[in-house]
Amino acid sequence: MTTIRIGAGAGYSGDRIEPAVELAEKGGLDYLVFECLAERTIALAHLRRLRAAHAGYDPLLERRMRAVLPAARRGGVRIITNMGAANPLAAMNATVAVARELGLHGLKVAAVTGDDVKHVVSTQDLPLDDGERTSADIEDRIISANAYLGAGPIVTALERGADVVITGRVGDPAMFLAPMIHAFGWQEDDWTCLGRGTMIGHLLECAGQLTGGYFAVPGLTEVPGLARLGFPYADVSADGSAVLSKVAGSGGLLTVDTCKEQLLYEVFDPSAYLQADVTADFSTARFDQIGKDTVAVSGGGGRERPARLKVSVGYHDGFIGEGQISYAGPYCEKRGRLALDIVRERLQLTGLSPSELDLSLIGIDAASRTGRGGEPAEVRARVAGRTVTRDHAAAIGAEVEALYTNGPAGGGGSDSRVREVVAVASTFVDRHIIQPSVVMEVC
Amino acid sequence: MRLHRLAHVRTGDKGDTSQISVIAFDPKDFDRLERRVTVDRLLAHLPNLPVRSVVRHALPGLGALNFVLEGALRGGVTRSLSLDPHGKTLGAQLLDLDLSEKEDLSQ
Repeated sequence: MTTIRIGAGAGYSGDRIEPAVELAEKGGLDYLVFECLAERTIALAHLRRLRAAHAGYDPLLERRMRAVLPAARRGGVRIITNMGAANPLAAMNATVAVARELGLHGLKVAAVTGDDVKHVVSTQDLPLDDGERTSADIEDRIISANAYLGAGPIVTALERGADVVITGRVGDPAMFLAPMIHAFGWQEDDWTCLGRGTMIGHLLECAGQLTGGYFAVPGLTEVPGLARLGFPYADVSADGSAVLSKVAGSGGLLTVDTCKEQLLYEVFDPSAYLQADVTADFSTARFDQIGKDTVAVSGGGGRERPARLKVSVGYHDGFIGEGQISYAGPYCEKRGRLALDIVRERLQLTGLSPSELDLSLIGIDAASRTGRGGEPAEVRARVAGRTVTRDHAAAIGAEVEALYTNGPAGGGGSDSRVREVVAVASTFVDRHIIQPSVVMEVC
Repeated sequence: MRLHRLAHVRTGDKGDTSQISVIAFDPKDFDRLERRVTVDRLLAHLPNLPVRSVVRHALPGLGALNFVLEGALRGGVTRSLSLDPHGKTLGAQLLDLDLSEKEDLSQ
């Protein structure tokens, strides 16, 4: 029975580069997928594109391509990625340039477009996911709107012989599903196979999170070699079952437990995981450890896909200003609380009053909700506030810094920052308005 | 008997919603987890989460519980003022949840 081997080259935009090279060189792959678009990434990419027409793709694209293309070419490994972000065509051109530089003539690079639906969202009044607002409420602040496309256009690119397929926003599992559809000829209403393929894609899409990343609790769940974590691959069969593994000798581990964690990661109702191509059912998944770092996946399924496509809308939403300062030694918690009280009062006195304020002590209650008794050795006071203007955001950090000479005893290591908020809301569009297209260049 | 003896935990997020899975190391322990790791006890262990709704999905075949906490992330990763706007540090705070049952006292 023929299987295809699909590897995960990146689980997010800033992921390590070496594990993808290891996979390209030693993994015996047929396909290598780089997943590099989080919720907000594409809106930030649109902002870059507004400033420069050739910008808007993932900043690490050239570096990743330069690192893997030679080995991928030698091994016949086809690459699929959403590093196109807000500008898949520019990403295609940049990849072609890298390939020519490396002497990889004949390499076929394709770009998939059609996910950009800003013109639709900003001219229609569509309900947003919080149930309280519509797109008209944020119309003058909208930066981008991108629909989550399915596997279809990627399959088209593969059928045309593309060695590298670069997309904008697509459903993450769709990048893994496309090679399966291309290899096995799954029909667009074969919900069972599409659901299983989506499940395999979801297991792989966060790369190291399947092979022991985001898993270790020393003393409870040990993971060896996290600094040399090997990324996973799947050997997929035509019936949608698969065997998951990683390059022998690489760090990490791949077990039934790491698989279960990744299966449910960012999933709400496991029996109804909505994607453009299918409503997948993960609840009947089955994992069997059949060897060291080797797990067989079976079960899972799907039913009819949703009528509409999810859209992520990026919009300007003011600023967040932040300041931090540390206290150590006896009474550090009391000094930290005093520091927070002073800054709260200062912001009221100076009329800055951010619309929302977050005051906490790192080491006690900034991330922890449970609290622990006893005197800590050190704390770090943290103030964060939401403001309309950049200047008001900067004032928050300035008030924290002023605690050096005006605040409690022994404050040190003050730091501050201002962040321009690019928020994301979601809505839905009818799938028939989408017109994807595939463009290809030969190096 | 603390949760970490029987289960491991992972946290995810999407929009304003936090997702926490609790997975038995040994599927034989799932029944106990299902009895003791309820929505009420989770919320009591992580006080003051601004949740609008909490749903618990049970997956006995996988020995897993999946909690979906809508609204827990105060606007979500793109808007939250929190030090940890994804809420990724939340689930691990369940590791010392008390799973003791009356039978344990006689041991």
